[in-house]
Amino acid sequence: MPSMTTEPMIRAAHLHKRFGDHEVLKGVSLEIGKGEVIAMIGPSGSGKSTFLRCLNQLERVDRGEVIIEGETLVSTDASGHCRYAPDKEARRICAKMGMVFQHFNLFPHLSVLGNLIEAPMTVKGLSRDAIVPVAEELLRKVGLFAKCDAYPSQLSGGQKQRVAIARALAMAPDIMLFDEPTSALDPELTGEVLRTMRQLADEHMTMLVVTHEMAFARDVSTRTVFMDGGDIVEAGVPADLFSNPQQPRTRAFLNHML
Amino acid sequence: MDYILNIMGPLLEGTAVTLQVFGATLVLAVPLGLALALIRLSRFRAASTAVAGYIWLMRGTPLMLQMLFIYFALPFVPVVGIRLPDFPAAIVAFVLNYAAYFAEIFRAGIQSVGRGQYEAAQVLGMSRAQTMRRIILPQMVKRILPPMSNETITLVKDTSLIYVLAMNDLLRAARGIVQRDFTTMPFVVAAAFYLVMTLLLTWGFMRLEKKYAVYDD
Repeated sequence: MPSMTTEPMIRAAHLHKRFGDHEVLKGVSLEIGKGEVIAMIGPSGSGKSTFLRCLNQLERVDRGEVIIEGETLVSTDASGHCRYAPDKEARRICAKMGMVFQHFNLFPHLSVLGNLIEAPMTVKGLSRDAIVPVAEELLRKVGLFAKCDAYPSQLSGGQKQRVAIARALAMAPDIMLFDEPTSALDPELTGEVLRTMRQLADEHMTMLVVTHEMAFARDVSTRTVFMDGGDIVEAGVPADLFSNPQQPRTRAFLNHML
Repeated sequence: MDYILNIMGPLLEGTAVTLQVFGATLVLAVPLGLALALIRLSRFRAASTAVAGYIWLMRGTPLMLQMLFIYFALPFVPVVGIRLPDFPAAIVAFVLNYAAYFAEIFRAGIQSVGRGQYEAAQVLGMSRAQTMRRIILPQMVKRILPPMSNETITLVKDTSLIYVLAMNDLLRAARGIVQRDFTTMPFVVAAAFYLVMTLLLTWGFMRLEKKYAVYDD
């Protein structure tokens, strides 16, 4: 495990989240250090995606603490009262994290290039001239420079997801969150997306990846986290976790998946 | 043929009135309708409910009644009571009424844009206002074109209601000539005028739909 002596990129402590009667997160804690690639695995409904979405305020926690690079997004006082940073502040903190969705969520009315430059222009106030070369470079990196002027509906699923990755990177985030990035893809298209993600990992991007791709978790992650029933059951370097799981639930899940 | 040319003058004058009511209503009711839709969808419960009530009132009573009320009854209402000349009275009634219908079209259009678009904008750091302006409303425009086409065509024909304020729109001008000359020919010509106007609208909306067809949702 990488050194945790410096301020972690993400510090999530005792996150609780309930949807109606269903307690989805039962006090999940996780710290992610700079350059770590965390793969989060576990059965459907175990709370992986909800945990991820609580980190950047797509869901609001009921209790707990989220600190991003030393800045508090949400904290909970002794009486259990949960306090979020003010709107503008929260947006700035969350913008340190890029996010890639299962269903891409590209902007259909904008070209591929338009998707990349929209937020840098409206949010960061960058000029078109300043951001277009950056965006083009990112599209080259994900192998889609030729699709600059295409609209999302003209792309395959794998291409859409690579554009979505490039769009997130265009905001120059310090951390990338992936929410089942290959789950909506045809099997033959997952490879190109996973390759792009692996490339990011090789560049030491800090990543948190919720995934059902066991091979990706095993080969690319620096730490694999197994979640079940709303809590982290077991975590460790993939070599250990996959070959020698300590918990019966982890063993059962891996047996089922591999 | 000579007869048709003869009656052309008053019919064209009537058409000018019709087009003025149509144009002024469209220009004013679209922004008002958008504002109403955004308030209706806002988090401010009281404002949203007030707009819902307003829309119910405007869609639930006849436009003609609203026009008569503004022209004849409004001057006697305490505090807000003002006396409007016929053209402004007609415009106020049309704008208030059509804004309610437009608001519902806009609301449906906005709500048809999926949650994922809001989430994508949010994680990119966009504020609610930026998300609305840059992501949601541009997508709404494409989706509301067919119902907007419907509504504007209806507006062209609804302008004939202003005859109750004794304004000489296209239809009232035609009727005047029919009663004077004992021939129904002016009605036929007026119908042709309406058809030309709605044809131009249909064509315009088709062009817009084509323009927006470059992308699929």
